[in-house]
Amino acid sequence: MELNPCLKHKVLRKSVREFAEGVIGPIAAELDLQARFPWEVVEAMRPLQYFGIQAPPDLGGAGLDTISYAIVIEELSRVSAGVGLCVSVHNSVALYPLLRFGNPEQIARLAPELISGQRIGAFCLTEANAGSDAGGVETMATKQGGDYLLNGTKIFVTNGGVCGLALMFAVTDPGAKGRAASVLMVEKERPGFAVGEIEELAGMRCNPVSSIFLEDCRVPAANLLGQPGDGLKIGLTALDTGRLGIAAQALGIAQAALEAGLKYAKERQQFGRAIASFQTIQNYLADMATEVEAGRLLLYRACALKDAGQAFGTQAAMAKLFCSRAAREVSNLAVQIHGGCGYSKEYEVERLYRDAKVTEIYEGTSEIQRLVIARGLLAQPTAGRAV
Amino acid sequence: MEILVCVKQVPDTAENDIELAKGGRDIEREDLVYSVNEWDNYAVEAAIQLRDQVGGRVTVATIGDEEADEVLRRQLAMGADRGLHVCDDSLEGSDGLGLARILEAVVRKEAYDLILTGAQADDNAGQVGGMLAALLDLPFAALVNHLEVKDQGVLRIGREVAGGDQEISEIDLPCVLSIQTGINQPRYVGIRGIRKVASVDIPQLDAASLGLDQATVGEGAARLKRLDYFVPQGGPGARMLSGKPDQLAAQLVEILKAKGGIR
Repeated sequence: MELNPCLKHKVLRKSVREFAEGVIGPIAAELDLQARFPWEVVEAMRPLQYFGIQAPPDLGGAGLDTISYAIVIEELSRVSAGVGLCVSVHNSVALYPLLRFGNPEQIARLAPELISGQRIGAFCLTEANAGSDAGGVETMATKQGGDYLLNGTKIFVTNGGVCGLALMFAVTDPGAKGRAASVLMVEKERPGFAVGEIEELAGMRCNPVSSIFLEDCRVPAANLLGQPGDGLKIGLTALDTGRLGIAAQALGIAQAALEAGLKYAKERQQFGRAIASFQTIQNYLADMATEVEAGRLLLYRACALKDAGQAFGTQAAMAKLFCSRAAREVSNLAVQIHGGCGYSKEYEVERLYRDAKVTEIYEGTSEIQRLVIARGLLAQPTAGRAV
Repeated sequence: MEILVCVKQVPDTAENDIELAKGGRDIEREDLVYSVNEWDNYAVEAAIQLRDQVGGRVTVATIGDEEADEVLRRQLAMGADRGLHVCDDSLEGSDGLGLARILEAVVRKEAYDLILTGAQADDNAGQVGGMLAALLDLPFAALVNHLEVKDQGVLRIGREVAGGDQEISEIDLPCVLSIQTGINQPRYVGIRGIRKVASVDIPQLDAASLGLDQATVGEGAARLKRLDYFVPQGGPGARMLSGKPDQLAAQLVEILKAKGGIR
């Protein structure tokens, strides 16, 4: 396993960082304060292929590997986690399932607009009574001739307020065992598709997370992804990849918090010297850096497994579990180092602290990640395997 | 149009805390993150725009260690067509004249219509463009902030002059121009380009392949030597303004007007 970043990944990281700091950096605090979605940033990202990080170049994508995908999300999130979230969800749980499970006609019809960023993607699984329990979906898709008629309400849809194409989980066969769910790809302009109020959330405030209402929303059967009843399979596959994105996002937040803590500790003078000279603060910084480094290795290893075509679901869950906790811990310590200032909106760490928390919740809570990891462990022989 | 842009890797001031090295002659260079010199990036953007308009090819060249390869690849991902990497330990420590001699040898290996450099780099020396032009016996204009093709073989260029005045000139091709920031808005690098350029072959050149006389380049040949390097003591002269933000802004505008910074 190659542990040093290769040339491609170094140039990539620098390029994305340059963009994120140049274009998003100056407005990152304002986006959070005003809870404003930055369309101007979307426009700037479109020609840089950020909306098709791993999509094939012949469809307009960048055709990069999964570590590159993680690096892009990490670097965007280091500056604005809300923007990183938009790009992560779009690439991993909207575009990726379409490319993986879509038929050639669907890919030709729907992928280019996603890859170019003309349409932002969303993933609509969560409902009032379904979240961690993906089998609890109540939204119905009733077959009517060559169409499906969708009825139901989705909640906490990331990118909800700005999405152009939503992957909608709905029950197509209520009689089947486990109430077979399917995935329908719904363009936002279809009658009966309505975006609800934008949620007032603690963090990720520049991302318009919303409900989506479906009322007799007619979608042609040509928009069914995979086969009827494939919903769970598609959802779990998408989430495996999505978790890499959320781990990368959490890592970016943790990295930003580490840097902010380090900077402040060197500048802030107390008792006549920089607080970085105190062992307590040094211990905090050492712990923060170790968390970030460990998280990064775990994440890149999961990405490398995916690129090698090997099973990576367990490692993706580990990376998501670890990096999200690291983001919370490291941002917490960064606030602590800042003292009262860290609790103020004048300082970046206050936002990082709020943004970090949700990474332990969405795209599978930490509890669900542990369940996935344990399931993988228990399926193995007890003697364990050589790595 | 065949365009050569000379680029340099410099310590990235956004990514590093720059500290003085113990010897007192330089900054601490261990563990620094390097990026492309800001002025050079504007020069590459200008070259790409010119090529897209009239056709041709943009070559980026650098003199530097193995790491400098990364800077060339970044400029290729941005849109340059070809990279040339002069990489030779014996050339290290060259002064401005030495560097200009090395670049002269690079230029003489092929035929270029236009050679661009950044107006200056991290060391504020600003020597190489002018010296390179003189060695090549080509016309030169410094601090160029506007560039367009006038007729076949002639460029129309703009330069900012003292006090903020603007000057427009014509210059015959081939020529050397040093490019000022603000001439354009350099594009950000698309990530698809990075995939392509990671594996591109970038030829390495050394003193021998460039036919350089070792007595004229490198540290031994340097006739400009740095003696000392330090952060000057803060002194009087700073004027502290006080008041509300809008009053401060108004005061600052008045001062800048009085000193000739703005009109």
